Formats: sequence, C-alpha cells, structure tokens
Amino acid sequence: MNIVVCISSVPDTTAKINFTDNGSNFDANGVQFVINPYDEFGLTKAMMLKEVTGGKVTVITVGDATVEAVMRKSLAIGADAAVRINMNATDSYSTANEIANYLSNNPADIIITGRESIDYNGGAVGGILAEMMSLPFINACNGLELSGNTAKLTREIDGGKENITAELPFVIGGQKGLVLESELRIPNMRGIMQARSKPLEIIEPSSKEGLTSSVSFEKPVEKEACKLVDADNVAELVNLLQNEAKVI
Amino acid sequence: MSVLVYTESWDGKFRKSTFEAVSYASETAKLLGTDLVAVSLGEISNDELNKLGNYGASKVISASNIIKGDGQAATSVIAEQANDAKVIVFSNTYTAKMIAPRLSAKLKIGAISNVIEVATSTTPLIVKRKAFSSKAIEIVKVNSEKAIISIAPNSFGLIKTEGTLTIENSDTSEKGGITIKGQETASGKISISEAEIVVSGGRGLKGPENWGMIEELADLLVAATACSKPVSDIGWRPHSEHVGQTGKAVAADLYIAIGISGAIQHLAGVNSSKVMVAINTDPEAPFFKAADYGIVGDAFEVVPKLIEEIKKIR
Repeated sequence: MNIVVCISSVPDTTAKINFTDNGSNFDANGVQFVINPYDEFGLTKAMMLKEVTGGKVTVITVGDATVEAVMRKSLAIGADAAVRINMNATDSYSTANEIANYLSNNPADIIITGRESIDYNGGAVGGILAEMMSLPFINACNGLELSGNTAKLTREIDGGKENITAELPFVIGGQKGLVLESELRIPNMRGIMQARSKPLEIIEPSSKEGLTSSVSFEKPVEKEACKLVDADNVAELVNLLQNEAKVI
Repeated sequence: MSVLVYTESWDGKFRKSTFEAVSYASETAKLLGTDLVAVSLGEISNDELNKLGNYGASKVISASNIIKGDGQAATSVIAEQANDAKVIVFSNTYTAKMIAPRLSAKLKIGAISNVIEVATSTTPLIVKRKAFSSKAIEIVKVNSEKAIISIAPNSFGLIKTEGTLTIENSDTSEKGGITIKGQETASGKISISEAEIVVSGGRGLKGPENWGMIEELADLLVAATACSKPVSDIGWRPHSEHVGQTGKAVAADLYIAIGISGAIQHLAGVNSSKVMVAINTDPEAPFFKAADYGIVGDAFEVVPKLIEEIKKIR
C-alpha cells in the first residue's frame, strides 16, 4: 500500500496575520508554521492504515526550503519519506499540477489532502489533482475503512453524511472524523531522531503556470467594541437584537 | 457568451444558498451584458425549477439522472454546458467544493472560492475573497479567459427580479468511479450551514443535562444548535454539532455563544457570522473582543430570562 499525503505548511492558528509592501505579501516575520490541521488528520489516518496493511507513507509539499520544518515533523510522526517540490505555492492549479506530475511517476493507492488549508482556504488542490489523474475525489471525508482494494467512505454533507464505496486508487480531502482529535500523534524523541535520517527528496518544478494570481491583501474592517448589556436587563439585549441589529 | 450557475438541490428542493448563487450570477451577467443559464442535477419538479426565474435565471438545464455527490459525473455534465460560459458560479457547499475544482482542471479555468463580492473588473476578472480563516481579504485575479467563482454562503444575499424561465430537460446519464450507498441526515433538525441563527453552547454549561435551555432557545428562534470543540470531545454533544476551525463553519445572521470562552480556533470557524452575541461569566473571555453584544453573567440565570423575553416578542 502506497499512501501519499499532501501537506501544507501554514501559520499557526493563533498567529497574527499581517502583510508587507502595501498589502502585497504575507508577513512571515515571527510567525510559527505548523502542519495544516486538516492534513494532520489525514497523515494520522495514513499511519494507521499502513500499520494494518503495510507499505509506505510519503508526504509531499510544494514550497520553498522554509516548509522543511513541518516535513521533518511529519517524518517524526512516522511518515517514511518526504518530497518537496521546490516552488512557491501561489495557486491551487499549479500546485496540484506539480503533485500530479510526481504521482504519474510514483503511483499511489490513496492520495490524501486536507479539506482545505487554513491560510488561503482555497480547498481546491484535492479536486484539481483528482480530475488531472481521472480519479474519484471524496471531499470532507470523515470516515475511511479499507478491505482489500475496496473502501467504505463517508463524507460530510450539509446536515449529515453520505456513505460511499470506491475502489483504489482515489483522492480524499480529509478532516476530523478520519481519526479522532485524541488519536493525533505527537512526535517522540525516537521519532525525531529517526526523522533526521529519513529521505527528503527535493524536486524542481516542471512548470510554474498558474490560473489565478494574488493581487493584494486587506485586513477586514475592525469590529466596533462589544456592547455590554447588564445581566439584569436581558430585555435590552432582545431589544438591540430586534431593533438595532435586526436579526430576530 | 453567458454566465452559468450550478443550482444545487437537496431532496428536490433548492435552499437559500442556491438562490444566493443565482442572485450573484445574475448580477455578474448584467455586468457582462449577457444571459444567465442554470444547471440543476437530480430529480426536481418544474415548480421548484421555476423559482430560479425569480432571481434572474433565463434558462435552466435539468439533468435529473445525475447524482450530485458523484463528482466526476456532475463535473462532466456541467462542463458540457460551459462552452459558451464566461463565468461559472457556485455556492461554496460541500458538494460544490468537489465539483468546482474538478471543473477548473477539466476546462483549465481559474477557480476562486470564498468570494464575497461581485467582480470589480471583468477583463481580467478580479474578485475579493476571504482568506486566513476570515482574518484577511485577498484580492485575486483570474489569468484564464473564463472564470469559476464559488461564493461564501450568506455573504451576498438575495436579489429578486422579474423574468421568464425556460426549462430544458437533459437525459444525459453518466457515472464516475464511486458508488453512493445513501445518506444519513438528522431529520427535523435545522442544519448548521443553512441556519440563519445558531445557538451554541460551551463548557460553561457544565454538563449535557443542561442543554435543555439551549434547545428551547434554539426552537424559539428557529435556530440550529451547535457546540464548542471541548464539548464534542468530552461527548456531551455529537461531533456533528462541533463548530470552529476543525469542525463546521458558521456564517449565520446571528450566532449566540453561551458559556464559550472564544478560543481563536473557535472564532476562526464562526466569525463569518454577521452578528455575534456572547454570554459568559468571565468578563475577560476572548469572545467579548469578537462579539457585537455581550452579557457578563451566569448562563443559568441569563438564558432562562432570554427565553422569557423572546417569548414576549414572538
């Protein structure tokens, strides 16, 4: 079983989001980067599947050298190998295209992306990748059971879930439910030591063509300060919601 | 030239998010001086299809044999109709998030998700979208001649209009590489992504036995119930109610947070709501920095009073 997990290196959720050069670039100064939380559910699921079926888990990231910290962390968690495509990921299409190129030479049985990354929130790499490779894509996947080459999957839908069966290979967009939050793995000292000697291959991109480009960023308008209502005057809150905010 | 909109239905019914996508697409069509064509997948009545005309669609192609959850089939049916389309519009639903990226790859058209406004320029197409979990707005340009736009739910609103709609049935049948075995949905409950009001409880409620008042308040307001991550992790409420970064996203008109401190991970999933109310005993709770209205007080005293006051106006 060959499982490829696409990992994104993203600012930690608690990071302050700022931009430089008049809003044209993200300011990475002082920002701590982590494995995209949705990808971490997928990576943990990949480890669990491998422990049952045997095989290999490879993590792949499109990015410059700064993303290697989260790749090493993925290796410390238990991935067997890492691949970095040496290109700044600026657009979902070009990112997916590079991963598809890698996969055409290194076929995988299951390809896992996160439902979305918490930085650009594009949520498109998995779907684009699946179409490029003519594979099924199960997004917001919150359950995966494998028996032989057949998988039973569930995906989140508005107001519930959908049950699906699919034959390998396929692409999923992972999220919570694939594994529980409590099952996420923290690298231990042994894992960290082993990660140092695991392979991290660097591949040059084949093309840099993108279909969209970022023009600039703005910060959202600051909210007005919270209007506090006295706990003994709940009627006033109802009045404000009805007559000022007009939401009830 | 035309504008194409995917009009998603659930058990043969459109939802507000569908009409919002049609309204957005109709405004885009006006900008381009062209017509709006809709594509509907799955069984649906003509009465329901006719509602699309009220928001600006002039034609709908109804492919009743296609199951929308089969992303490969859905994508190829929409692609067949896209020859003439300059812009293809989706609402950012779970299903659209499977189809729109596929379509982008199939037709080699730039796709932009989480869009919050009509394009500020059409050649090239430039739009604003939410990024960094709503902590920033990104202005993005599409480099291809055509564009795929997925709008963030509840970001644009509905625009009614007069017009006539032509219904064209398509008997195309396709199948992708998956088999859908059925759906499990909580019946009689309002779904979090569709609700206009969401009432959400956190650890401050002390135990699952205290959710009665949350449900009563939600019933009164025709709202969905939700909870914070710790609450679903401990098992007081089902995981399907978890809202926040790793759970469901909320973009309601009104979000009421009761006994939720407002961790940044929670706020990242709910801050697209238009109005937020925090009720918490701790005046230092971070939620008060994000909320529009707040009460510092004990939920067990405040919520019953809130229920009483709302009964007076309902």
